[in-house]
Amino acid sequence: MPSRILPLALVLLTLALCAAGREAVPVGQDPAIERRMMTLAQELRCLVCQNQTLADSQAPLAADLRQEIRELMQKGQSDEQVKQYLVARYGDFVLYRPPLKSQTWLLWFGPGVLLVGGLTALYLAILRRRRLLADEPLNPDQEERALALLSEDEGQPS
Amino acid sequence: MRYLRYLIPLAAFLVLTGFLFKGLWIDPHTVPSPLIDKPAPAFRLTQVADAGKTLSRDELLGKVWLLNVWASWCVSCREEHAVLVDFARTGVVPIYGLDYEDTRDAAMKWLGTLGNPYQASLFDPDGRVGIDYGVYGVPETYVIDKTGTIRYKQIGPITPEVLHDKIVPLVRKLNA
Amino acid sequence: MIAELGSFSLMVALAVALVLGIVPIVGAARGNTTWMELARPSARALFVLVVAAAACLVASFVRDDFSVLYVATNSTRALPLRYKLAAFWGGHEGSMLLWLLILSFWMFAVSLFSRHLPLAMVARILGVMGLIGVGFLLFILLTSSPFERLLPAPEDGRDLNPLLQDPGMVAHPPMLYMGYVGFSVAFAFAIAALLGGNLDATWARWSRPWTTVAWSFLTLGICLGSAWAYYTLGWGGWWFWDPVENASFMPWLAGTALMHSLAVTEKRGAFKVWTVLLAIFAFSLSLLGTFLVRSGVLTSVHAFANDPRRGVFILLFLAVVIGGSLALYAWRAPKVGLGERFELISRETLLLTNNVLFLVAAGAVLLGTLWPLFVDALGLEKQSVGPPYFNLVFVPLMAPALFLMGIGPLARWKKASLPEIGIRLKWAFGVSIVSALLLPLALGKWSALAAFGLWMALWVFAATVANLWSRLRSLSGGLASRLRSLPRGYLGMLTAHVGVAVFIGGVTLVKSYESEKDVQIDVGDTVAMGPYTFQFKGVEDGARENYIYGRGTFEVTRNGRPAGTMHPEKRQFVGQSEPSTVAAIDRGLTRDLYVSLGEAVGGTGSTAWIVRVYYKPFVDWVWGGCLVMALGGTLALSDRRYRLARSGRPAIEPALSATAPA
Repeated sequence: MPSRILPLALVLLTLALCAAGREAVPVGQDPAIERRMMTLAQELRCLVCQNQTLADSQAPLAADLRQEIRELMQKGQSDEQVKQYLVARYGDFVLYRPPLKSQTWLLWFGPGVLLVGGLTALYLAILRRRRLLADEPLNPDQEERALALLSEDEGQPS
Repeated sequence: MRYLRYLIPLAAFLVLTGFLFKGLWIDPHTVPSPLIDKPAPAFRLTQVADAGKTLSRDELLGKVWLLNVWASWCVSCREEHAVLVDFARTGVVPIYGLDYEDTRDAAMKWLGTLGNPYQASLFDPDGRVGIDYGVYGVPETYVIDKTGTIRYKQIGPITPEVLHDKIVPLVRKLNA
Repeated sequence: MIAELGSFSLMVALAVALVLGIVPIVGAARGNTTWMELARPSARALFVLVVAAAACLVASFVRDDFSVLYVATNSTRALPLRYKLAAFWGGHEGSMLLWLLILSFWMFAVSLFSRHLPLAMVARILGVMGLIGVGFLLFILLTSSPFERLLPAPEDGRDLNPLLQDPGMVAHPPMLYMGYVGFSVAFAFAIAALLGGNLDATWARWSRPWTTVAWSFLTLGICLGSAWAYYTLGWGGWWFWDPVENASFMPWLAGTALMHSLAVTEKRGAFKVWTVLLAIFAFSLSLLGTFLVRSGVLTSVHAFANDPRRGVFILLFLAVVIGGSLALYAWRAPKVGLGERFELISRETLLLTNNVLFLVAAGAVLLGTLWPLFVDALGLEKQSVGPPYFNLVFVPLMAPALFLMGIGPLARWKKASLPEIGIRLKWAFGVSIVSALLLPLALGKWSALAAFGLWMALWVFAATVANLWSRLRSLSGGLASRLRSLPRGYLGMLTAHVGVAVFIGGVTLVKSYESEKDVQIDVGDTVAMGPYTFQFKGVEDGARENYIYGRGTFEVTRNGRPAGTMHPEKRQFVGQSEPSTVAAIDRGLTRDLYVSLGEAVGGTGSTAWIVRVYYKPFVDWVWGGCLVMALGGTLALSDRRYRLARSGRPAIEPALSATAPA
């Protein structure tokens, strides 16, 4: 009897342990810092796989830099300070959001200026056309022909 | 006169073409260093050959020197290593190595097989000093002057052409 | 032998294309009917020859002919047949041949469906397309032939890029090119009109279906690319503002503007010259996109092999085609008449405002994409422009367009009444605002951005419904018969706008409410995401035709009840240094569950992995919306007025002459 109970007990114990399982461990130790780091890393460029953000890249340098950012944040540095830290070492290239400085005015204000310019040009063009194309009334002959044509037109799509 | 505005799209396009043409000869992948003409970041690291000995940046002030970032796992480093070994023999400028993200054993074995052009190699296993120097792809090489200011960064392997055209003239100028 | 046949076919095609590009156009200028009549048969012959060349390439793949360099670099014996076929467009040379194939297909289509057009016009259209074909044939034959030999032939090939061994990748390029290249038809129509001096409302009517079908394909192509990236790249993203994505998006934006502009030109004969310029822009952006992807000028996920020599060739081609067409525009445009008048408040104005918004958006995307190049070429410090810039700039530009989308269809042509529109839409306005303010609360978290996005989506939807309702109300009969009596063009427009609403809704909801967990997990552990729990059962190894894999198993429960199993994979293809990630996605109408394997941790003997789990609400609405948009385009194409008369009516006389008093 005992020789059968022991294996059975072991099996049951193993099953119980399997069913229990644990909650998975998040990769970052401090969730608040982790979230801040990942949000910032979404705006930074990976220098190795240059088409990915620092948040998404699996490259070793990216993992190192993410760790570096974690540590800087734990020391109390702000997002801006972390960005400056990286820019000092890698240049503006590492920022996916180009800094706003005189060199980037065209980039940041260009679309807005283009929009205002475009709408103004459209507005002026339409007003000009209105001036140039005053509607002329039809004479009686033309009016008759127009009515005749309209009545023979069936179901023309608008 | 109003006909001139019909030429605007064409004019804009020609300007664009000019930029695109220029762009064909530029490599968009290289990340130039913002540290040129700035002080070389300070470091104090143990040496690869001897974990008991350290080397700091300040100890290297007063002379022009090269910092070559390498690793035993780096394939392109093999290409430039022979060039470096030969260059070191000429004695034009001392070369110090930065062993990046590596293990001491692998590094020593590598140097043993391929030759050691370095006065000393600094051991940077977690790449922290590398990050301070803006290293993003091995191999990279820095030319640092007597005041400890970075004057030039070579991204990618050193070739005889680069030595001849850029590094040696610069070193001579800095030594003068 | 077969590869040489393919090359030979292309060379003959070049000769035909040269004839097609020169003779009919000169014939149209001179009024020589024989020369003009050469256009259609030449176009068809060109199509047959290019199909033959393509068939030769396909045959080389199927026969595992590794003496053909392109086959050796893009295929392997173990590659499944369907991917051997898709490998056709797996690399640069083959994709150029695909470009050419689709171009010649469109030429063939134009040659078939142009009986109602004047011969001179057909001659010019096909001639222009032939000239474009000449450019591509020269490029392929001189720099990028897929038929180059590799001798001695290797025993096996280097395999197709694993990322491409996937159904999404099979469909995405052809669909995309159908759209991209399809804009060449609208372009050819525009150039033909400029050349012939007969730019009028009927030109717009003829151009419209070709533009709409190309636009529909492009919408599908971009949608497929995004959906493919979502499940292949492994981190749940679906749009990165990557230069190559932008390269396909810019023609889409210009094409949308073009479609709407053509409506104005067709109705009023107005802004003809502007519409022609848009047609030139749309195709120019397609060509520019082709250049950007292949020249190595920008860093991108997609970039094909970079070679400055090829880059110079394409740039030269670009300069000739785009420069030439813009020069032609500058020369001919000032002479074109104004067309009819319309008021400042009218449907025409609203459509043209749409034009400005979409074009400025395309311009902003172009600016952001090329900025790193500008800065670098000027010797300034290198900069990157990524999603933060594009999102910040693009969204404010599109918001007014969305708002107008609700109003435009209700505005009358020529002169609209704002009060009348206001009355018709006040219900839609009220309902959409209130729902948009309340929904975020129901979904768990209120944010201004979520509310605004939802408002835009609901507004477009409600205004479209209001439009349909007021239209149906004025008709009589049962619902089905009333719907059937409505013009398909109108129904297509409504459908497409609803598609936009669905798309915006999806984007807003997924961006505002998605969540992600990055965890280290061992067998038996669980990770929770809202009501869902994922239990890790381990990774088992296996092998398929040309790769080995690790297949993870996750059991999912929802509020305690079983909700399925998910199997993310890591695949290691022979000859590749990095494994590829295939995420497990549990798709649903209201949410996607997304699990992807990171890497194994802990060394040998450990069964722990780093895993990313995502909860993506309503993400399938992003692609669903695009599908509905494309459906709308297709519906519009089936409009009665595009059906060719069986009696072969002679070409319609232009309603307005090109020399109307200015």
